[in-house]
Amino acid sequence: MTTTPDLEAVAAPAGALGAAPIASVRRSRRARALLNQRPGWVAYGFLAAVLAGAILPLYWALLIASGDSSSLNNQDLPWWPGGNFFENALKVLESDRVPFWKAVLNSLIVSTVVSASVVFFSTLAGYAFAKLRFRGKRALFVFVIATTAVPTQLGVVPLFIIMSQLGWTGTLGAVIVPGLVTAFGVFWMTQYISQALPDELIEAGRVDGANMFLTFWYIGFPAARPAAAMLALFTFIATWTNFFWPFIVLNPSDPTLPVALSLLQSNYFVDYSIVLAGVLIATLPLLLLFIFAGKQLVAGIMQGAVKG
Amino acid sequence: MTTTTLRPPKGPIERSPRRIAFSQKLSRWDIKLSPYLYISPFFILFAVVGLFPLIYTGYISLLDWDPIRHSGKFMGLDNFAWVLGQTQFWLALRNTISIFLLSAVPQLIIALAIAAVLDSNIRAKTFWRMGVLLPYIVMPVAVALIFSKLFSNDYGLINTLLSDIGLPKVGWHTDVIPSQIAIATMVNFRWTGYNALILLAGMQAIPRDLYESAAIDGAGRFRRFFSITIPQLRPTLIFVIITATIGGLQIFDEPQLFDSSSTVAGGASQQWLTLTVYLHNVGWYQNGKYGRAAAIAWLLFLLIVVIGLINLAITRRIANNDARRNR
Repeated sequence: MTTTPDLEAVAAPAGALGAAPIASVRRSRRARALLNQRPGWVAYGFLAAVLAGAILPLYWALLIASGDSSSLNNQDLPWWPGGNFFENALKVLESDRVPFWKAVLNSLIVSTVVSASVVFFSTLAGYAFAKLRFRGKRALFVFVIATTAVPTQLGVVPLFIIMSQLGWTGTLGAVIVPGLVTAFGVFWMTQYISQALPDELIEAGRVDGANMFLTFWYIGFPAARPAAAMLALFTFIATWTNFFWPFIVLNPSDPTLPVALSLLQSNYFVDYSIVLAGVLIATLPLLLLFIFAGKQLVAGIMQGAVKG
Repeated sequence: MTTTTLRPPKGPIERSPRRIAFSQKLSRWDIKLSPYLYISPFFILFAVVGLFPLIYTGYISLLDWDPIRHSGKFMGLDNFAWVLGQTQFWLALRNTISIFLLSAVPQLIIALAIAAVLDSNIRAKTFWRMGVLLPYIVMPVAVALIFSKLFSNDYGLINTLLSDIGLPKVGWHTDVIPSQIAIATMVNFRWTGYNALILLAGMQAIPRDLYESAAIDGAGRFRRFFSITIPQLRPTLIFVIITATIGGLQIFDEPQLFDSSSTVAGGASQQWLTLTVYLHNVGWYQNGKYGRAAAIAWLLFLLIVVIGLINLAITRRIANNDARRNR
């Protein structure tokens, strides 16, 4: 096994232990070096292709949206965006056929309210599941996890009937209320709080005379802040992009952004440079979010995967 | 434990025992009831907007629901019989499964490849990870509007490029398989990077010494991937596949907005009509045939359960076989 004497191995103090361990140490070191090798250009080429696939459709949309009505049918696409983007964007925003500004405002309201509510109620429930003692805790938590596998979208018909009986159809409430707290949020916060918040802190709060809710508010909630921020981020994105239910329950005159986009397409505008300008405006807020919090999004998805 | 014992008594001394008893009782209730109070919002909301509608869907599917009077005549399984007698339903079923396969299979393979590359000792890790996630923030409606024109029959970029390299143009909006490929591409655009990151997290949890000993035994990169990574990744794979199944079979946004020229979504001859689009057409475009829409919802639910179970069985077998071959 150790036919080739090695200066390093002889010099190493481990040499006293005998030949076999040295050999295995050396070999595993070689294996580790093999594993830590930088990948070749094929790997980078592959990733670059994936990245191109992610960016090019958006860039193409920008090319069309910054051109004019003939851009879409133009066989020779320009390489650089033209100068008409703001003009096209204004046409969308000031259109009297699609209430675009209203849609932006509605989407902001719905996404913000839903995110805040999901974070509050999920943290509250997660705190209870992670740190409080009560009967039936395990079974109830398993139930929460099980509900994530229920395709609730299939309950649209009765949900719509309920909403129209309440007179809520066409109002933002019909979109906000069903999203106020999610099973994923509860699960996510439970996982985080159970490892991030020491029991001693809660006991200290209780000894100091705080009641249950104050203990949660001043000790539990601040400790959960990193996970709560991520949950807010993902909930905001999910709500912002949600189409099916708002499309069914809202009126075209008072829509959220995805619904407004679908209206842009449906025969109102033959000029697709205007439609794609609208698409890009609707994407911009999340793009900004991505630029500032993309790292957190990546971390959030990867953490969720390990725990889930 | 109790709050008052720590505070100096404020009131007259003779009244203090009663107050202590009262606040002690209050505190005990606080401890006992608070947990249930804290978790109750989720359970109440799930009951009202999740569970109840799902069960009620079953009930409505047995009625001839009148959307104006909010009630209906019991008609047994007639709605199911009607739905099952429609060619459109079977086309939608075929399209849903085929779009699901066209998106899920390539997506999983590419996501695995991306994850494997990201898991290697690559430069600028954060940059690439963020890069593959970019499409996730584009809403499906926007994706649909962009891609429906990229895949346009006459002047679309894809067809232009195809004819530039001498290939015939493809009827992305007329033919069955091409239109479904176009729709699957939209799904893959948005979700491949997201799933790659989940798989990457799963890969990073695999103990490194497994790879080391395999490398010592002379296993190459591909052998290591198929003999260690895939079997070790089983829980993550199951998670990704199950969520892709539940989401993918309910696909709505992309097929709904793939073509604006037809008045009823799904294509002139239902080339890309999916079950959820069909549900929406029946429920909201045909004078509120809620009973029939509810029947479609239940059938779709059944499909999700069946395909979910098949997936689980396949994943289990693949991973098990790999693990066994290793030993």
